[in-house]
Amino acid sequence: MLLDVDTATIMPLTLLSAGYPEDTMRSLTDRLPCRETQVTSLLALMGEPDQYSYPSIFIYGHRSTGKSHVVLSIMKDLEIPHASVDCVECVSPGLLFHQVLLAFFGPDAAALLPRCPSLSDFVRLYKQMKDHATQTRYIILDKAERMRDMDFSLLPVLLRLQELVDDNVTVILLSEIVWEKFRPNTGCFEPLLFHFPDYSKAELVQILSQDHHPSYTPELYASYINILLGVFFSVCRDLRELRHLAALNFPKFCEPLEKEEAKESDIHKLWRNIEPHLQRAMQTVYLREVSSIQWEQQQMDEKEATTPRGLSAHAHIELPYYSKFLLIAAYLASYNPARTDRRFFVKSHGKLKKTNFLKKHEKTSNHLLGPKPFPLDRLLAIFYSVVDSRVAPTASIFSQITSLVTLQLLTLVGHDDQLDSPKYKCAVSLDFILAISRTVSFDVVKYLYDFL
Amino acid sequence: MSKRRPAALTEAQCVSMPQLVLQAQKVMRERLCHQNLPDQPIGLESQHKHLLELLRRTAVHGESNSVLIVGPRGAGKSMLLGFVLKELMQLKEVQKNVLLVELNGLLQTDDKIALREITRQLHLENVVRDKVFGSFAENMAFLLEALKRGDKCSSRPVLFILDEFDLFAHHKNQTLLYNLLDVSQSAQAPVAVVGLTCRLDVLELLEKRVKSRFSHRQIHLFSSLLFGQYVDVVRSQLSLPQDFPYPKFSKEWNHNITKLCEEKSVQEILQRHFNSSKDLRSLHMLLFVAVSRMPGFNWTLRDVDLLEASRLILADSKANILHGLSILELCLIIAMKHLNDTYDGEPFNFQMVHNEFKKFIQRKSHSIHKFEKPVVMKAFEHLVQLELVRPVDAGACKVQREYQLMRLMLDHGQVMEALQRYPQCPTDVKQWALSAFA
Repeated sequence: MLLDVDTATIMPLTLLSAGYPEDTMRSLTDRLPCRETQVTSLLALMGEPDQYSYPSIFIYGHRSTGKSHVVLSIMKDLEIPHASVDCVECVSPGLLFHQVLLAFFGPDAAALLPRCPSLSDFVRLYKQMKDHATQTRYIILDKAERMRDMDFSLLPVLLRLQELVDDNVTVILLSEIVWEKFRPNTGCFEPLLFHFPDYSKAELVQILSQDHHPSYTPELYASYINILLGVFFSVCRDLRELRHLAALNFPKFCEPLEKEEAKESDIHKLWRNIEPHLQRAMQTVYLREVSSIQWEQQQMDEKEATTPRGLSAHAHIELPYYSKFLLIAAYLASYNPARTDRRFFVKSHGKLKKTNFLKKHEKTSNHLLGPKPFPLDRLLAIFYSVVDSRVAPTASIFSQITSLVTLQLLTLVGHDDQLDSPKYKCAVSLDFILAISRTVSFDVVKYLYDFL
Repeated sequence: MSKRRPAALTEAQCVSMPQLVLQAQKVMRERLCHQNLPDQPIGLESQHKHLLELLRRTAVHGESNSVLIVGPRGAGKSMLLGFVLKELMQLKEVQKNVLLVELNGLLQTDDKIALREITRQLHLENVVRDKVFGSFAENMAFLLEALKRGDKCSSRPVLFILDEFDLFAHHKNQTLLYNLLDVSQSAQAPVAVVGLTCRLDVLELLEKRVKSRFSHRQIHLFSSLLFGQYVDVVRSQLSLPQDFPYPKFSKEWNHNITKLCEEKSVQEILQRHFNSSKDLRSLHMLLFVAVSRMPGFNWTLRDVDLLEASRLILADSKANILHGLSILELCLIIAMKHLNDTYDGEPFNFQMVHNEFKKFIQRKSHSIHKFEKPVVMKAFEHLVQLELVRPVDAGACKVQREYQLMRLMLDHGQVMEALQRYPQCPTDVKQWALSAFA
């Protein structure tokens, strides 16, 4: 009766295929590379179609480790009745109920739902509609972390839905976030946790090599993938992102081959050609500074990749003269401690102990801690001090301050409706303020405490 | 399912082994997942007697009662009630007489829905539809009145079962609870209000007037299970029932299960689970995973199945998530750990983390080449998305991304363990993590 150990690894599959057609099982495992163990243990948990399965299964793992792909492929290929719901789309629980009822019992059942259905309505309708089909039904909730923001009782109800509707139903939750962050404070029915591990480097190579270019050999593509992973693997392990990058940069990799400067065996030469290019790709196309279409166009035009400016290079904003000075003043007020204002902005500040002033007791500079809030009076005082001409405190100056807030260059701290002495924070970077001050020929660095 | 079994018996007199195992699996899965009532409640005899007597008095003598069943999750509250109800319904005079209304605090989230549900379960829908109601209490009173008139001989007792009772206490003014308990106190239709809750302080949630109408009868279910009994539970859960169609197989099977439960490795696993929690639901989960992993050719459960199941269930999910991070993200976590160590758990922002990381790169790293700040930012945001790092005030203050204050949601041990388990971790990163004040 007992068999050897090495057959034990194969046997579960053959056992499970007792309930499902064998060739579908085979094509299923072929379509899901590097996920054989997950597929078999998931199928083991699901059991035969007419067996009960655990009321709720929580599947977690990193982005693009094939959670929803595996689950949905199993459901589709084995023709298991299921409802697949994306929780991002379900802004109200009603939409979720509608989709579930629609998938299980057809449009007639879904039409019975009242306009704003409660959970009670859903469970009642489910109980009414359920027929005596013995096959397990599955509700698959993708991006289940969104469920936490919905109705507080929705998650506990779905977790014990099997008991509440008394039907052979299993809820599968898919999420990137661990279960500990889901648990309601009075507890709930604990789901079965199931982990989808990340792909290792070798597995990534294997999966990515599958979509090789038809006009080149698979070995060439595999070596290209190896080079790509050499650059990107320490930053990004997201399969989707890597696949996108691989597709984008492959023409550049093949360029020497097409020009017949190198042969397919000259891996080193090809590597030398592509490596700096991939480095540039990380700074541009990986960060979406340059869109994929632009990147492809650049490769076609054979231009130097950094010539067009990316999104973040367009940060410069044209502002009115006084607004610029207001912003500079706000920056100085945010990043300088108030006690140094006398030193910087009072024209005749008298005698000051220089040593005392320069002693920086804090090791961390303000540019590390971020902007500090300041009152409106301080902003105006610094503004009058840095602007050359005499400026009257007209309504336009004050309206410019509030419009800087709406442009999100300044932020209002605390209550929004405070009329007297509101507090602000400056919300622009040092580079931005340097560019602004250059246009009005003002040296900000001289006035910043951190750079003394 | 009970219909199917004899059919299977006739069509295949000689059934192959895998099919037998599948049959056994089916029985066990139904038992473990669907929370079927076991043959007898374990260790709950006195509570069982108390509750049965109480409900019988309502059902037979028309006495109004209220009772709360309190116990932690998975302690068998619903099971106990299910037992008592099953036993109660077997009495002839009760069967026809008693009306049962089941409400759940999770489903009936406000009083209006709850009232509609009560009406529905008492089959009074047609009566309600015509009448326009005044207040909630009138509606309630009408329901009970209608109930009285529905049966000519005398009023029929109603059993109200309120699952997740503590959630009903959060309804506005606790109107439903007040009315139900008020009916149970005054001389009207006989009702029994049975509340099930896992909150020990549930009486503190009730308003004074509601509390005074409650009879303060509480049944506490605390697991007093000893380890020996725990193992017995495992054995009885895994054993095949008497009415299993193939007695020879089931005898063999049960014998094997008994032997399995006596094995030392199995006892160790069970002891570990017993130490972490006595509740039977987590045990069911363990047994379910073990049963589902049971391969077909091997016709009984082995200790390796249990061991594997236990390993799966006890896995640390955060460690699993940390395992899948990229090296850059891992470096950021180490930098945050250092910041936590130096500044004694103060929140930090991205700028500080980046600064710490830059110091490391400049000082010692050879294996990691320099990353641009936006690339590091992207890695940081991925960590935020995974909720390994959390903003201190969730989006309340609109500061720039790099200055938002954050907290690390991992402790020292978890980071170090993740580092040990990380595949192909560069040595200098490891050293950096080990140096206490880098």
